[in-house]
Amino acid sequence: MKVRLVASLCAALISSAAFAQVTVSEPWVRATVPQQKSTGAFMQITSPVDGKLVEAKSPAAKVVEIHEMVMEGDIMKMRAVKGVDLPAGKTVELKPGGYHVMLIDLNAQVKVGDTVPLTMVVEGKDGKRENVELNAPVRPLNNAAGGMQMHKMH
Amino acid sequence: MPFAVLRLRSLVLRALLVLFAALSLGACNDDELRFNNTDITGANFGHDFSLLDPEGNTRTLADFRGKVVMMFFGFTQCPDICPTALSRAVEVRRLLGVDAERLQVIFVSVDPERDRPEVLKAYTAAFDPAFLGLHASLEDTRKVADAFRVFYRKVPTGASYSMDHTATSYVFDPQGSLRLAVAYQSPAESVAADVRTLLQSASPLP
Repeated sequence: MKVRLVASLCAALISSAAFAQVTVSEPWVRATVPQQKSTGAFMQITSPVDGKLVEAKSPAAKVVEIHEMVMEGDIMKMRAVKGVDLPAGKTVELKPGGYHVMLIDLNAQVKVGDTVPLTMVVEGKDGKRENVELNAPVRPLNNAAGGMQMHKMH
Repeated sequence: MPFAVLRLRSLVLRALLVLFAALSLGACNDDELRFNNTDITGANFGHDFSLLDPEGNTRTLADFRGKVVMMFFGFTQCPDICPTALSRAVEVRRLLGVDAERLQVIFVSVDPERDRPEVLKAYTAAFDPAFLGLHASLEDTRKVADAFRVFYRKVPTGASYSMDHTATSYVFDPQGSLRLAVAYQSPAESVAADVRTLLQSASPLP
């Protein structure tokens, strides 16, 4: 009886912890050259419950937007989007060739070795917002779409 | 009816001749080069360009005779497709080994307002110092893009603007003729193989 209670308490604790925990892995920002005023941030986001990435913030840029790259025939188009759906338990990739966080009007050149602080704002179905703070390392400009991601595209 | 037989004979003969001609043409086609990417040999567009390098010198295709030229239109504020295409070009050069110096990679800006020469130079050099960034006035940029059937358009995105643009790379043979259209998702290996084919098929320079 006691054991069962402890077990269910544990389960409740774990699930409530998981409920609030949106995880971000492998974040990175593409390096820039001097006077290049914008760049992209990429990462993998997993939300344990249905949610939506609604906003991204960073002190590194004056404007931060969530963009989607789409191909129409052989034409590349980039558009700001209102949000990115995060289905429960599904890892959503922000990667070259898809969604990315656009850092516009950078305050300084972004160099390899730097880390860029980012805040990802995820909204649950109940309208509650959760901030996920992260530091994204800077990868070289010629980072071949992460190398691995490049292969995943094919 | 000997006349009718004669006519029939000549018809058969003609049919055979046509068939033979078709077969030999087919054989001819088999002798032609085979590419992984889209063969646009003989295209009635993209014959040449006249653009400025970061130092302000006018560059045309004739400057690169003897080299395969791979040309991509893009802009430096592009977070996604342009770095991907240029990174692929880096990989293509790596795969070419000693032949890498016989491939000239050219990045043409479709955003000359923001891509000042110094930005363009630093940007292409960040991928490979051998890459060349070319630009022109707004008006001339449009002319060159039209000549290569490249689409681009300024699109406001919230606080700034982005450029929609054609993501295809073009490849010229060492004689300066447009030969291939390379889709953005074409892997580096397939591009490198095609560049090699063009280098090998090129007659030695006089």
